[in-house]
Amino acid sequence: MQTDTLIKMANQIGDFFEAEPNQAQAQKDIANHLNKFWTKDMRNQIAAHVQTSQGVGLHAQVIAAIAAHLNP
Amino acid sequence: MDDIKYTTHSHSVNKYDPEKDYGTPKKTSEKLVSLEIDGVTVSVPEGTSIMHAAQLSGVTVPKLCATDSLEAFGSCRLCLVEIEGRKGYPASCTTPVAEGIKVHTQTGKLADVRRGVMELYISDHPLDCLTCAANGDCELQDMAGAVGLREVRYGYEGENHLKAEKDESNPYFTFDPSKCIVCSRCVRACEETQGTFALTIEGRGFGSKVSAGNQLFMDSECVSCGACVQACPTATLMEKTVIDMGTPEHKVTTTCAYCGVGCSFNAEMKGEEVVRMSPNKDGGANHGHSCVKGRFAWGYATHKDRITTPMIRKSIHDEWQIVGWDEAIDYAASEIKRIEAKYGKDAMGGITSSRCTNEEVYVTQKLVRAVFGTNNVDTCARVCHSPTGYGLKQTIGESAGTQTFDSVMKSDVIMIIGANPTDGHPVFASQMKRRLREGAKLIIADPRAIDLVENSPHIRADYHLNLRPGTNVALISAIAHVVVTEGLVKEDFVKERCEWDSFVAWRDFVAKPENSPEAMEETIGVSATTMRAAARMFATNGNGAIYYGLGVTEHSQGSTMVMGIANLAMATGNVGREGVGINPLRGQNNVQGSCDMGSMPHEYPGYRHVSDPMAKALFEAAWGRPLSIEPGLRIPNMLDLAGEGRFKALYCVGEDIAQSDPNTQHVTHALESMECVIVQDLFLNETAMYAHVFFPGASFLEKSGTFTNAERRISPVRRVMAPKNIGKPELKEAGMEDWEITAKLSAALGYEMHYKHASEIMDEIAALTPTFKGVSFKKLDELGSIQWPCDDANPAGTPTMHIDQFVRGKGKFFITQYIPTTEKVNAKYPLILTTGRILSQYNVGAQTRRTANVAWHAEDVVEIHPHDASERGIREGDWIGINSRSGETVLRATLTERVQPGVIYTTFHHPESGANVITTDNGDWATNCPEFKVTAVQVTRVNQLSDWQKEYKTFAEAQIAYTGKTSDKKQKQPA
Repeated sequence: MQTDTLIKMANQIGDFFEAEPNQAQAQKDIANHLNKFWTKDMRNQIAAHVQTSQGVGLHAQVIAAIAAHLNP
Repeated sequence: MDDIKYTTHSHSVNKYDPEKDYGTPKKTSEKLVSLEIDGVTVSVPEGTSIMHAAQLSGVTVPKLCATDSLEAFGSCRLCLVEIEGRKGYPASCTTPVAEGIKVHTQTGKLADVRRGVMELYISDHPLDCLTCAANGDCELQDMAGAVGLREVRYGYEGENHLKAEKDESNPYFTFDPSKCIVCSRCVRACEETQGTFALTIEGRGFGSKVSAGNQLFMDSECVSCGACVQACPTATLMEKTVIDMGTPEHKVTTTCAYCGVGCSFNAEMKGEEVVRMSPNKDGGANHGHSCVKGRFAWGYATHKDRITTPMIRKSIHDEWQIVGWDEAIDYAASEIKRIEAKYGKDAMGGITSSRCTNEEVYVTQKLVRAVFGTNNVDTCARVCHSPTGYGLKQTIGESAGTQTFDSVMKSDVIMIIGANPTDGHPVFASQMKRRLREGAKLIIADPRAIDLVENSPHIRADYHLNLRPGTNVALISAIAHVVVTEGLVKEDFVKERCEWDSFVAWRDFVAKPENSPEAMEETIGVSATTMRAAARMFATNGNGAIYYGLGVTEHSQGSTMVMGIANLAMATGNVGREGVGINPLRGQNNVQGSCDMGSMPHEYPGYRHVSDPMAKALFEAAWGRPLSIEPGLRIPNMLDLAGEGRFKALYCVGEDIAQSDPNTQHVTHALESMECVIVQDLFLNETAMYAHVFFPGASFLEKSGTFTNAERRISPVRRVMAPKNIGKPELKEAGMEDWEITAKLSAALGYEMHYKHASEIMDEIAALTPTFKGVSFKKLDELGSIQWPCDDANPAGTPTMHIDQFVRGKGKFFITQYIPTTEKVNAKYPLILTTGRILSQYNVGAQTRRTANVAWHAEDVVEIHPHDASERGIREGDWIGINSRSGETVLRATLTERVQPGVIYTTFHHPESGANVITTDNGDWATNCPEFKVTAVQVTRVNQLSDWQKEYKTFAEAQIAYTGKTSDKKQKQPA
């Protein structure tokens, strides 16, 4: 899948949880959403993007969520 | 007689019999009144008519103008009775029971009066009973017999109506005024049952006649719901199929295959042929009412376009080869095995449809999970109500509406958001209109003025919040702001029933000044004063119920809005009893059911996540196959990967993604890129034009199963004829129900599914799904229908959910930050296109376009505000090109102030319209539900079809020719 598509989707998810007052919780929620609804390939692809390209295009909160909580 | 004496002596009454006409509606009252009718004592609720009480006690009073779907009218004078101690002969339909009265329904005097009345009726009625379409099914004929009419002393030569002209303009029924007795049942049905008020009694005295506003029925406001035909006691309003075929000889109760109301119908048959579909009075969702689709538009099942033989081909540019069932199944299986070997399990998947039964959906997801070995299964709810599933699961714990339809009769304030019930859910809309005419308040949030705003007789919305498309979340937060800051929260309810911390966080969020109506009015396009007034009305007028549709879900913030609705309902204490609730109006019949049956890629039947080890273990044990804990691909994911050459095989059952999904060119590119597309359908639908294997399906009349409607009501679909998908004629194979086709494919892939009947599939569902534990075909036969959850605690089902506590325990509030869509208007695309549907057509139109319903809607048109039109030199009926960032299509324009300036609107019922050529890939953040309701566009006058439309026409004609059928696509186009 196009990484751009995944970036757009991940950022949309991040945007929803931005209003969550507890930011640590927001990061968990973002990652949890990806773990529950994205296929393994899609998760691996976005994780690789964070690792190899510093997650360029992703919102900071989403990068942090992926780095800390995404299931491989 | 002994039975009646026995029951009446114990002051009870005979059991309710839905086959019987009790003459006047049932009344409910705590207080019972006892009276004596023809020497038999009977106790009935206060307010009951004498006629109804008599029927309950087993006594039939002659009648013509009375029927129990309508309030008493008292015009025919046939139901007169005598009451001891009272003067005269009161009409039993309009006279309520009273304690201790003694009623006589048969006396010499009454017999004289009734015969006199009938004599007058018959003196102005054609005596063509033997050749009349209502012969044997005519109440006038019955009554002439019942009163013993033997002669008409007046002769037949006097002034009469016998030469009155027939109106045959409606494609489905005839109006023959020569047979009319002016009982007003049709007029009252149009008012009370349907709420359209299209019919009236014109003139006075002898000149009185039923009139559709002095016009032909087709030119009038009539919506062809059939309520008048149903109510007519004679042959005046009669189905054309009955006129052609004669009266039916048996009937089978089944469920309509159209919208999410899920009406119960009696398929009235002659052998294996349907004569008419009549709405079932005992139907839990429709109570004897119907709409133009369910009642009349079932002819598609025998339309010449229907494909009844399996077909295969190597390439989509080849002609189809007609083959027998075995060959088709074996070919499909060999392709699936080949693709699995070459590309792996994850390159394959399945799509189910809300047009499938629960049993079909269940076996398809089972096939994909257990046999394909992947969770790549999705359903068309992806593109409609997936945000409902997500949003309600998060907030209240169950992915379903909270109420019954009947609940609306106890609502005091009704808020409709992004739904158009009179067009999309007409039978429920009639019930809602009844409640609105009784005085319930109405708030409508919709960019467009739907009929309920001010175009429905005796109904006017108190507030129409005509917001800009895409600003729903801003609106719900602004309304919540008013509720929170003006002290309108039901704190007791919230404290007892909800997670307090989540409430506090939400309260503090919506209370922020930036969420106030004043701060948001410019964004939303509705004045702050109006929003404040609407919020106050909703929160302070008793039972508040929210009804919503795809105008909520089909947005980039669809799930956020669903949660916003749940927040508002919880904060105002409007969950957990009748009259309130969160009510998603489901587009198609089995949207609820297809979601319940585990056809989403992340969850098993009963909404259990695939990573849940308990669920996995349960299904692995039951199915005997290893299952994956990884969520599978959603439809848009499948299409993206297919376009990149990484998704190769699709089993698509009953769904038409090439027409119904957004960005058509993206979809068709994906389909063209696959190596094996298997389509199971009645017709060569748009997706099937890209298929390599075609399995002909069985129509809803040809199979057994269940549908689950918008109120969680599981209703039986019953086979009334043998499946017509008989395979290659020379092989003399039997047709198959759709689940049998899936089971055969499964067997060819090495996994036997040992079901002998659809009921055994439901037994398996019940054994594996707690909310369906008590459901079986046997119980459905007994109860008629069942609203899930149906378990040990609720053996007859659960009409109202979340009564004492939410399914998730405590209700959870979510913060709903408004985030504008990225689909923005600019100088190049200055207008917003939003899409919807119309009463006479259904979804992609594959069924309704193949019926006489095209008489009402033969093409999709674009609604444009006169201001936007005049700026562009567009006049009524002009062809206009609609350009978006995705593509271009050309449709005819109609100028109307229903849409606001800056917004245009169209429907997507005809494939050549290409409405989805222009919609985009944008979607809901949580579920990828497409943002159908917001597309930035420009429109211009044009004089030819778009390139896409021209290519489509050539392609579609070639594809139809490949089946050996001829194309009759008569695409309207600019001259």
